[in-house]
Amino acid sequence: MSVVAQPAVRSEASVARRERWRLLVRSPSFILGGTIILFWIACAILGNHITPYDPRFDQTPEIGVAPSWQHLFGTDRLGRDVFSRVLAGSRDILLIAPLATLLATLVGTTLGLITGYFKGIADDTISRVIDALLAIPLIVLAVTVVAALGSRSTWTVIIVIAAVFSPIIARTVRAAVLSEADLDYVEAARLRGERSPYVMFSEVLPNVMPPILVEATIRLGYAIFAVATLSFIGFGLQPPSPDWAVQIADNYQDLSFEWWTVLFPALAIASLVVAVNLVSDSVQQVLER
Amino acid sequence: MARYIAKRLGLALITLVLLSMIVFGASQLLPGDLGRSVLGRDATAEAVAEYNHEHGTDRSVVVQYLDWAGGVARGDLGRSLVPPEQPVWDVLRPALLNSLKLAIFAFCLVVPFGILGGVLSGLRAGKATDRTITVVGLSLAVVPEFVTGLVLILALSIWAGWFPVSAQWDPGSGPLTQVEHLTLPAIALTLVLFGYVARITRAGVIEAMDADYTRTAYLKGLPRKTVIRRHVLRNALLPTIAVIGTQVGYLLGGLVAIELLFNYQGIGLTVLDAAKLRDYTVLGAGVLIIGFTYVMVTLVGDIISALLNPRVRFSGSE
Repeated sequence: MSVVAQPAVRSEASVARRERWRLLVRSPSFILGGTIILFWIACAILGNHITPYDPRFDQTPEIGVAPSWQHLFGTDRLGRDVFSRVLAGSRDILLIAPLATLLATLVGTTLGLITGYFKGIADDTISRVIDALLAIPLIVLAVTVVAALGSRSTWTVIIVIAAVFSPIIARTVRAAVLSEADLDYVEAARLRGERSPYVMFSEVLPNVMPPILVEATIRLGYAIFAVATLSFIGFGLQPPSPDWAVQIADNYQDLSFEWWTVLFPALAIASLVVAVNLVSDSVQQVLER
Repeated sequence: MARYIAKRLGLALITLVLLSMIVFGASQLLPGDLGRSVLGRDATAEAVAEYNHEHGTDRSVVVQYLDWAGGVARGDLGRSLVPPEQPVWDVLRPALLNSLKLAIFAFCLVVPFGILGGVLSGLRAGKATDRTITVVGLSLAVVPEFVTGLVLILALSIWAGWFPVSAQWDPGSGPLTQVEHLTLPAIALTLVLFGYVARITRAGVIEAMDADYTRTAYLKGLPRKTVIRRHVLRNALLPTIAVIGTQVGYLLGGLVAIELLFNYQGIGLTVLDAAKLRDYTVLGAGVLIIGFTYVMVTLVGDIISALLNPRVRFSGSE
């Protein structure tokens, strides 16, 4: 994105971009994944307007009834309609996971640009710390930090997940920057006397966008995975949120007699992560061809 | 080669030291002090001060870290903060043994199935079989273990009645009963890891299929079966097995939710309980052991890969 316009190159790039987009919207896995994601986003936005019952506090006299036409997915032991709760359950996770991913992408990209561009001591130090952090599995690290902070607020969950993901993104960005740093355009910018931040963010960054985009969509899948798992083990979202994993954590002990209170939220989680995975897989296919 | 191994060992050591600092640092994030956090809001200032003095948490952070790290290096992990204040190692040892059983079982399932899937997919790269295995494998990999586990419990245990719901066997059970109890959690972990192993194998097979020696073997007139068995698989699988070792870290993380779901007292559930009870010595030691295992397994995997790869083996350094 240099200031001097280069019409020929620009149009060639935009043709390529349009071609990629065309390939993307034609791929069946992108369409399927995208449709499922849009459905859950719609549910998150519309919330209580489309649920047949109040997902949080509706105390119907029917406690723990099996699925029927009245209650498609049955009711839980507090008499709440499981179908309504499944529809309402996408809101929190669809807010937290993308926010955490965005934050991680911003921090990770900055770290990756710095380590890949400067190499040397900054690179070595940060890379070692990243290695050490990556030795602890995400969930274990998150549990440790949440326990240490002693707070289980939504922001804690977002920051913990972002903190765990940013080194992983940094590593990908670093690898991409390393392969760019020796190219002529970087040398040219340096010889022009541009300062390092300008070269990093205005020259190198646009050229490493595709791998960052791919990495971000992959991380989004894992962020949903992480939020769900943390909520299930009691370190993420808390009741009375109708979040799917919270519902499962609440009810899985009763699995043998009220299976509907667990199975439907579980299928909802599965549908969302698989949909995000289908989209990220097709983005990857298109960008890396 | 010796230089390569020495370098990797050095890096692993640095990683472990940093890891210990991170784990120790996390326990320092706690607002307020340890005595206040353990004894609660109502404790008197004297009681808190005495507790801190007794547990050494009134000293400077650096001294505390050196003391703790020195203890860990000598194999002394301290005592649990939660009554009955057992030695940490006594809490962690049985848990580690349990997790080890589950992890080994899961690995015995995932390695053959993953490799089979990867080979099928690599040999038919780009065809429908390949796409199906890849998409199904990666989709299963992103579904949280506890979701997969729940569906398995519901279908195979509650509805079909084939397996027990809990992974914890009665004390004194024989190995067969233990295997029966561990089958469902092991399958859940296997389903999650299948996609990764299949993907790594697939890449190895595709690379070997494109290699010159494979072309030569075909041109020599060898039948396809022989080429695949003798040239493709033999070259593709050995490095794959080394790379699979690096998935152990992932397995360790997946243990937390699975052990909770199946009520199985392994390292994951122990760490989780310690975090809930704010038992920082057990939590820190558990996290450190998990990290240590990961670093060691990755190291061994890297060294095996290097040993199998002549380019690394003969180049002296990296």
